[in-house]
Amino acid sequence: MSPDAKIRLDHVEKTYPGTKVPAVESLSLEVYEGEILVLVGPSGCGKSTTLRLINRMIEPTGGRIYLDDEDVTKVNADKLRRRIGYVIQQIGLFPHQTIAQNIATVPKMLGWDKAKVAERIDRLLTVVGLDPDTYRDRYPKELSGGQAQRVGVARALGADPEIMLMDEPFGAIDPITRDRLQNEFLSVQEDLRKTIVFVTHDIDEAIKMGDRIAILGDRSHIRQIDTPERILAFPVDDFVRDFIGEGSTLKGLHFETVDEHVTLEPYPTMHVGEDPTAAVARAREAGTDWVLLLDDQEHPTRWVPVSDLGGGSTVSSDSGSEVVAKVSLGATLFEALEQMLISEAAVSPVVREDGSFYGVVRLTHLNKAIRRARLEAREHYAQLEATS
Amino acid sequence: MNSILEWFGYVAERYDDILETTWEHAQLVLVVIGVATTVAVLLGVYVQRRPTLRAMSLSITGIFLTIPSLAFFAFFIPVFGIGNRPAIVAMILYALLPILRNTVTGLDAVPPAVVESAKGMGMGTMRQLFQIKLPLAWPIMMAGVRIASLITVGIAAIAVLVGGDGLGSYIQSGLTRLGLPNSEFSVWTGVVFTVLLGLVLDAMWATIQRFTTTKGQRI
Ligand SMILES: Nc1ncnc2c1ncn2[C@@H]1O[C@H](COP(=O)(O)OP(=O)(O)OP(=O)(O)O)[C@@H](O)[C@H]1O
Ligand SMILES: [Mg+2]
Repeated sequence: MSPDAKIRLDHVEKTYPGTKVPAVESLSLEVYEGEILVLVGPSGCGKSTTLRLINRMIEPTGGRIYLDDEDVTKVNADKLRRRIGYVIQQIGLFPHQTIAQNIATVPKMLGWDKAKVAERIDRLLTVVGLDPDTYRDRYPKELSGGQAQRVGVARALGADPEIMLMDEPFGAIDPITRDRLQNEFLSVQEDLRKTIVFVTHDIDEAIKMGDRIAILGDRSHIRQIDTPERILAFPVDDFVRDFIGEGSTLKGLHFETVDEHVTLEPYPTMHVGEDPTAAVARAREAGTDWVLLLDDQEHPTRWVPVSDLGGGSTVSSDSGSEVVAKVSLGATLFEALEQMLISEAAVSPVVREDGSFYGVVRLTHLNKAIRRARLEAREHYAQLEATS
Repeated sequence: MNSILEWFGYVAERYDDILETTWEHAQLVLVVIGVATTVAVLLGVYVQRRPTLRAMSLSITGIFLTIPSLAFFAFFIPVFGIGNRPAIVAMILYALLPILRNTVTGLDAVPPAVVESAKGMGMGTMRQLFQIKLPLAWPIMMAGVRIASLITVGIAAIAVLVGGDGLGSYIQSGLTRLGLPNSEFSVWTGVVFTVLLGLVLDAMWATIQRFTTTKGQRI
């Protein structure tokens, strides 16, 4: 037992009445304090069932469930649910109540006093990015889908539960709004550090949202559970490989950042008005066809081809072509790759926070980073194998 | 044209008596609706998720509604004697179906996701019922009450035949004296005030409905 396991499922089992095959079979799982664990898997594999077992929306037919090492399999289910935030795809706001009343649901049941509830409502609306004065007294039908889902999240956060269960919360929302809600939710989670179990059938959402991902097969069997990086770098079997699909290597680049993973190479540079001969010599030495022109604040401005630098010509501020693609030090390698693909010189310049030139990322860096991630993941699994 | 004016005169002469009779009629209806609503709502909540009981209670209350009213009223005379009582009991049974059916339909119409989220937040069965399901089903239930009220206002005019009160007395006394002076006026008085009472009560239910639902529930 890991000491920081907030939620622990111990050989949990669920067979629905009237069915022979269990929907969840002997599932053991730990969710660590403050993490988002994503349950992902094909339709009908038992994700929702698993989630609903945790807050006892359905009763397990076997096994034990622990929250903070307390066996909650037999405690009062209503009281248990008030300690756990629950968000579903269809949201289920109460249509006859205002947004404020909706959010106040659990705090009221817990007997909070009026002033505290009112304060909480405004706080939560602000947290989910809705102006309290505008939205407090509206009714659910007066909200857009995205706004309704924000309220759904605010309502689940009502009494500040330590645990949140979310079943495809952004599933019914258009891709652009979904992306925004995901980002906002992640930044809220930065502060709140709730322990979250998040269900989705979309592997990209899983990769984005999860601190860890559990890939589930039939009957909620865990096929692989790990960080998204490691799952992308080392899918344990064909089921997982098929599920994460094409492009897993590229997706892996999201988890490597320019500063952390790459030793940046210097690159031949020059300033306006500088003697080109020395620059050409530096380019020859570095084996590049381009020289990067910096302005007087050291910002990369233009790519100048070496062939333009011959014959004693001077370099002006409109030589070569403009630098359209660059990344900052904190960027991911995925962003770096994108910039590289549109960059004249096929490398991506990296700039410091103040915009000054730091170095370049090349394809070989990406290649190395990926190979290292794969190696680490493979070694990790080899070690697990050896110790088990 | 002339006879309408004469009828007005007839009504004006007996205004107090007509109003009192109308009020008696209204009391019959209100008692019936009160009891029928209580019974039908309790029954509806109980049977809504129990398919067999639900089908049974809907068909039995449906059968009540097909029994001719005079026979139905008379049926209860041996038990309750002559007067308002047999009529009230029969009318309660008539009023059950619209309210019961609408209660069940209203509860069916509560979105499952709403119930799921209510349960998921830790609302117990009673909280779910009183804070979520019944308020959401309420407009549809009220529609049932309004239908029942209209039906009852009409049928209550027959109560007089088993010794009951109400505007039926004007109709009956007019019909038995047909051809004699004022007999038609008497019938008309019974009919017109029955219809007016129906409309007034309906407007009253509509007002109650308006004040017991929130903006979030209106279309
Ligand atoms: N109430 C129920 N009664 C009987 N069987 C059920 C019930 N709910 C779910 N099942 C079955 O249990 C299995 C798992 O269902 P579950 O809803 O957990 O899947 P899921 O992984 O959430 O799927 P999806 O991605 O489509 O939401 C399915 O085979 C489903 O048919
Ligand atoms: Mg599901």
